[in-house]
Amino acid sequence: MRGQFSSSYVAFINPREKEYKERSEMMESKTTIREQIRTNIGKRKNRTDQVMPKVFLMMASISVITTLGIISTLVFDAAKFFSEVSLVEFFSTELAPLAKDPKFGILPLINGTILSSLIAMMVAIPVGMAAAMYMSEFATAKVRKIVKPIMEILAGIPTIVYGFFAYSFVTPLLMKLIPTLEAKNVLSPGIVMGIMIIPMVASLSEDAMSAVPNALREGAYGLGSTKFEVTTKVVVPSAISGIMASFVLGISRAIGETMIVAIASGSSKNFTFDITQSMQTMTGYIVEFTSGDAGSGTTGYYSLYAVGLLLFIFTFVMNLIARAISKKFREEY
Amino acid sequence: MSQLYDNKTVYDVRDLNLWYGNDQALKNINMKINKNEVTAIIGPSGCGKSTFIKTLNRMIENIPSVRTEGEILYHGINIFDKIMRVEELRTRVGMVFQKPNPFPKSIYENVLYGPKIHGVKDKASLEEILETSLKSAALWDEVKDRLHDNAYGLSGGQQQRLCIARALAVQPDVILMDEPTSALDPIATAKIEELIDSLKADYSISIVTHSMQQAGRISDKTAFFLMGELVEFGNTEVIFSNPRDKRTEDYITGRFG
Amino acid sequence: MILEQTLNKNEMKDLERNSKVQIDKKRIERRILINKIAKVIFSLSLVFALIVLAILLYRIGSQSIGWLNGGFLTRNLSIFPEKAGIKGAIIGSVMLMMIVIPVTLLVGVSTAIYLEEYASKSKIQDFIRINISNLASVPSVIFGLLGLAFFGRLLNLGSSILAGGLTLSLLVLPIVVVSSQEAIKAVPNFLREASYGMGASKWTTIRKVVLPVAIPGILTGAILSISRAIGETAPLVVLGIPALIMKVPTSIMDDFTALPIQIYYWTLDTVLTPEYANLAAATIIVLLVTLFLMNAIAIIIRNKSQKSY
Repeated sequence: MRGQFSSSYVAFINPREKEYKERSEMMESKTTIREQIRTNIGKRKNRTDQVMPKVFLMMASISVITTLGIISTLVFDAAKFFSEVSLVEFFSTELAPLAKDPKFGILPLINGTILSSLIAMMVAIPVGMAAAMYMSEFATAKVRKIVKPIMEILAGIPTIVYGFFAYSFVTPLLMKLIPTLEAKNVLSPGIVMGIMIIPMVASLSEDAMSAVPNALREGAYGLGSTKFEVTTKVVVPSAISGIMASFVLGISRAIGETMIVAIASGSSKNFTFDITQSMQTMTGYIVEFTSGDAGSGTTGYYSLYAVGLLLFIFTFVMNLIARAISKKFREEY
Repeated sequence: MSQLYDNKTVYDVRDLNLWYGNDQALKNINMKINKNEVTAIIGPSGCGKSTFIKTLNRMIENIPSVRTEGEILYHGINIFDKIMRVEELRTRVGMVFQKPNPFPKSIYENVLYGPKIHGVKDKASLEEILETSLKSAALWDEVKDRLHDNAYGLSGGQQQRLCIARALAVQPDVILMDEPTSALDPIATAKIEELIDSLKADYSISIVTHSMQQAGRISDKTAFFLMGELVEFGNTEVIFSNPRDKRTEDYITGRFG
Repeated sequence: MILEQTLNKNEMKDLERNSKVQIDKKRIERRILINKIAKVIFSLSLVFALIVLAILLYRIGSQSIGWLNGGFLTRNLSIFPEKAGIKGAIIGSVMLMMIVIPVTLLVGVSTAIYLEEYASKSKIQDFIRINISNLASVPSVIFGLLGLAFFGRLLNLGSSILAGGLTLSLLVLPIVVVSSQEAIKAVPNFLREASYGMGASKWTTIRKVVLPVAIPGILTGAILSISRAIGETAPLVVLGIPALIMKVPTSIMDDFTALPIQIYYWTLDTVLTPEYANLAAATIIVLLVTLFLMNAIAIIIRNKSQKSY
């Protein structure tokens, strides 16, 4: 560029004149570019700027439409179900959807769901809490760096893999301990589901504990408390609502979990409390029924949506509870 | 641009009032900013000086709760008028911010960001803008061999001069500076001040500063703001040597603020 | 104990006499012991998680040995275990992702842009945000019911790749939205200001400044959501994908099978044909290796894009 400017100047008389000349040429070209920019901006209609927000709003509304779609599908088809099956029958213990005289009592499903979730939480809560306390209060930065990815891997394994693991490894293993255990039972998938939920409980509880202000810890350490005492008497009580919320979300996850129970707990529709036996959960029922030959339009087909609606309400309520608890938690600080 | 206006006046602020929600931040401001002059805006923090300068290119409207009254004539056109598009106003009025804020891109991309988004495509023009802008910002010699390096490899002072070059590249006639040296060391500050002095020939500059020495060194006119009011506005020498208002005197002599 | 070493006996006695609280050394030692035991017990929880992960990988790995080979990857499905391959399932999964990736990226990133850049911090934004967090907690099997009723029956897409892909897209949409929101939020405001200051419009600023800076974060989230989608089974099973599909899909309107579905059906049938367990294990390895690679890519992207500002 410099060459271009000075090319008309083979020899310049004094440097100042050169500077002046350069400057005036610069100014000249600046004016043309200035004009170019100004005409451009004057001409340009900002049509994209008016259209884009609308496009984005449309895209954003897809998530809302999805929610509405889920609710309306469930309610609409469940209504068809309830026009044929009374609520009294719905909440009874006899379930035989494919029998000649079909029965649609879903208490066995609810029972299976609750039992498997209970077993899962009996694994996930103690182990998850212990892991959270260790990670938040005891672990060195080095240990955290190793453990975090392991937890992430555990959390990222597809549930179908856990299902296979429950059926092909945990059940045979448990059979050696409990000889009466059936090949399909609710105990084994319950335990594996618990293992699946450990990372979730651990990381959410750890987040809650890490959020406890250090001043509280220092106060207790200043009085000569041990780490264990600080953890159990100061940190956990302060973070309790966040921890509780993680439990509730864990339960919600267990209730909605499908493939582990579909594979490992079988499809027995008996109403029983014996965890060594096969049971079906709500999710297991939906999967079994749709992958079978449920014709569209039959009562059996619509029963899927009734069960689905119930499942949706269960998890939705859990989610609301978790949010209410953690909201309270946020208010504490 | 056919309106009649005083050839020397770039900005004519008339009865400007501004509120954040219910809090009034600017009260009845009246002042003029002249062509090819440096106008310094001083005052204690929270006095509204930053708000004022951000109103001049309507950047203040990015805060949702802001409401304004009165008018600001830019070359005779009210900037709050419907026919004035913010994009157009901000193309004509460049801004340099408190903290150097280059894009995480190359020096080249930084300077040419403005011209490119405003539709300058011709390669020769872009090259020309690049060189003239960097030269005007006194940065060319330091970066001409590494134009494609990331801007964040530059020192703080160089980054700020890059931001000035980037603003110049859009060919504005006014440059607003919001405490441009507050994040810089004294040497970098001196360079920027020198630069401001040389830019005066081609641009009108309005600069917010927290340093009275800086205002005294570089400005032709000084406006003293206090609690949202424009207490005193006039030639810098007068303001600093012979202020009319007691509050200005107190501030300048360091009795408060 | 250190005190005892530095002070002589008399001084120690003085200290104890003057202290109003009697220091019970045995009690302190017991508390310290409890602390040590607790630390060990807590750390055992991590050891437990590690052992489970190791056993899981070892078991599945050893079950797949001898079954996972080139032929397994390139053969078509068969009812005879030694002839069965997962070519169809691999192609099915890949085609599913070819729908999920563009749909979730387009819808998810747009939603995030709307929420972070356009929606004035108002009721609409709150409403959509809460809606998305609720959607994220809906069990995947329910998305299957939605897909079955809406895509499958109402739009008459049946159990095609398109129906499956769209169902999975809705399922992972919240993940993409939330991670893209985080990425956009992390773009410092001073960069936007710089752009506005030069007369750039909002959309120009988003396109030229915000998105380029946010793209690594968006990609990381997208990869995570895709790795969720690729292992998702329940919604596809609910869509009614047949257990035995011999044909390799050629268009998105074809019926298909995918890796997780194949694992499911083979696992269910191990009662009749024990070798199916080996096929399932081999398929799981293929799935896990895919997921591992995707996560590795996500980590590389995350590390490479350490912000410079």
